[in-house]
Amino acid sequence: MAKKAPDMEEYQYGFRDEHKSIFQSGKGLTPEIVKEISKIKNEPQWMLDFRLKSLEQFYKMPMPKWGGNMDDLDFDEIQYYVRPSEKQGKTWEEVPSEIKETFDKLGIPEAEQKFLAGVSAQYESEVVYHSMQQNLEDQGVIFTDTDTALREHPELFRKFFGTIIPPTDNKFAALNSAVWSGGSFIYVPKGVKCEVPLQAYFRINSENMGQFERTLILADEDSFVHYVEGCTAPIYSTNSLHSAVVEILCMKNARVRYTTIQNWAPNIYNLVTKRAVAEENATMEWVDGNIGSKLTMKYPAVVLKGRGAKGSVLSIAVAGKDQHQDAGAKMIHLAPDTTSTIVSKSISKHGGKVTYRGLASFGRQAEGAKSNIKCDTLILDNESTSDTIPYNEIMNDNIILEHEATVSKVSEEQLFYLMSRGLTEAEATQMIIMGFIEPFTKELPMEYAVEMNRLIKFEMEGSIG
Amino acid sequence: MAADFVIEGLKATIEGKEILKGINLQMKGGEIHAIMGPNGTGKSTLASALMGHPKYEVTEGTATLEGEDLLEMAVDERARAGLFLAMQYPSEISGVTNSDFLRSAINSRREEGKEISLIRFIRQMEAKMKELDMNPEFLHRYLNEGFSGGEKKRNEILQMMMLDPKIVILDEIDSGLDIDALKIVADGVNAMRSEERGFLVITHYQRLLNYIKPDFVHVMMQGRIVKSGGPELAQRLEADGYEWIKEELGIEDETVGQEA
Repeated sequence: MAKKAPDMEEYQYGFRDEHKSIFQSGKGLTPEIVKEISKIKNEPQWMLDFRLKSLEQFYKMPMPKWGGNMDDLDFDEIQYYVRPSEKQGKTWEEVPSEIKETFDKLGIPEAEQKFLAGVSAQYESEVVYHSMQQNLEDQGVIFTDTDTALREHPELFRKFFGTIIPPTDNKFAALNSAVWSGGSFIYVPKGVKCEVPLQAYFRINSENMGQFERTLILADEDSFVHYVEGCTAPIYSTNSLHSAVVEILCMKNARVRYTTIQNWAPNIYNLVTKRAVAEENATMEWVDGNIGSKLTMKYPAVVLKGRGAKGSVLSIAVAGKDQHQDAGAKMIHLAPDTTSTIVSKSISKHGGKVTYRGLASFGRQAEGAKSNIKCDTLILDNESTSDTIPYNEIMNDNIILEHEATVSKVSEEQLFYLMSRGLTEAEATQMIIMGFIEPFTKELPMEYAVEMNRLIKFEMEGSIG
Repeated sequence: MAADFVIEGLKATIEGKEILKGINLQMKGGEIHAIMGPNGTGKSTLASALMGHPKYEVTEGTATLEGEDLLEMAVDERARAGLFLAMQYPSEISGVTNSDFLRSAINSRREEGKEISLIRFIRQMEAKMKELDMNPEFLHRYLNEGFSGGEKKRNEILQMMMLDPKIVILDEIDSGLDIDALKIVADGVNAMRSEERGFLVITHYQRLLNYIKPDFVHVMMQGRIVKSGGPELAQRLEADGYEWIKEELGIEDETVGQEA
């Protein structure tokens, strides 16, 4: 009958290397550690103040009482800052060899040569490799790690940093604001279109690691940029925490696409705040794939602030054994004629849990705004579950909100049909699943679509039969 | 070698209820057999049970293709052994294009490393689609999604042509077809006639048999084949309906579950 497939819970990026970092904060979080991080980074006083204030905020705020189960997340067991190397490489030869080997295994240098305009590779707390094509640099594009941006572009940085997601936004945004390190800073000047994607890759290597990158993307008027991020980590029996903050500003007529392929190891809490502001006629697109992690809570948001601004979130979430993907989207319509689209595709299997949690908000000024939300879930067995939790806030009568949700199983009839043409049960199931997520994969650049399909196939192998 | 398809004493149930009550049928390559009968007599159950639909449980009997026991095989193994069922209600699969699906189906019959080349495949598929008067855009449409009834039937015949099976079962391929579409589908079937291939045509209208000429005609009632004959049997059914058979055999209600 069906071909024997490897254990599906196998995670293919679970290897680790033996690189010795040059500085480790040790476990736990204190003002002293925050001061130490800021000192090592040689930051200006305002940033230290910002961090310390954020830390107070973090202590003050209660844990969220909604979303996933965070009982096993012990803030005292996390290492908040690990500095892997003295300096950042501009070529891969300058990167410590163990780390380079890790990124080689992940295929990053290869991808860079083939189809990327710029690459940033973060290992633990710091970006260890960074490069961008000369032609983008010549056009005035800034793509750098966020620490460098604070040093080299202080005015631009200070003007926007923390304005879209203030530390008070939520407990994890406060935490990130206190201990942030690494991440990407992008500025695309007026009218510049980056046709080829920029990519950042985030890798955790140590046990009990906390990774808190901070990303700020500023797309000036009429510009375009596509930013892609990927993430993986080794498997440990203890938990790690990834808590990023991503702020994006799409100025008038600008378009930003932000693609995430999150494939964290199954011992990682992935608690991320992502928000974009779209000004007049600007377009913000989140393409968000969540395959890994123990618990993900992530709701990419677009604040549609200018007339005619457009926002979209296209996401897939796959939850297997002991995994919970609590993901969704927020669309905040503040201006007239703004439009938003949310397409969420979730798959749960082997007892996994997927939750779609979304917000569609229409302010008083959102005259003529439209939002279309579609959530589809595919449940592969009887142990797995799904929930759809949509919130709507409507302050204006003249808006259109459409919401459609479906939950389905791989149907016996569909399997029979495909198998009657010669496909094995495993192949047939896989084909139905790939078809289910096709609206997502077709939006990825070709190379990523291939990778995504490979990942999903790998995830799905052995999930039946 | 010519296909040799033998069904002996086949009984099948659905949810514990017996629908097929002992079917016997022998077919050879080159032959076209028609199974006729009113609704509810077990015709489509026979088709689905032979293909291995999980809803039906075969409780007794055998079905062999070239001496191989089909009933021991999973659905996909039956398909790869050469059995093809053109379904009455083909499933729709969103996100999977017709061409991707069909190419995977062809490759499932080939060894790894000997897959059909994309160009060759597309050429073949386009040629067959032309024969069936199908719009080339159906290559890239999602499998059966949004297809009309007639388009689905043509798509079934297209798959049959591409997969080159040994035994073809056509389950009410004529339902929902207008006369032009019926002719096209019949032409497709006739073009596939060969000494190596047998057809089992299930229908309750004689109309289809004007275009696909059967060698043998069987009438099903109450889950059994109650009468067999040559093409003239179909003619008589067209002219006189089924009543005379019921009278001849003393059957009052021909549907399954009603005993004479």
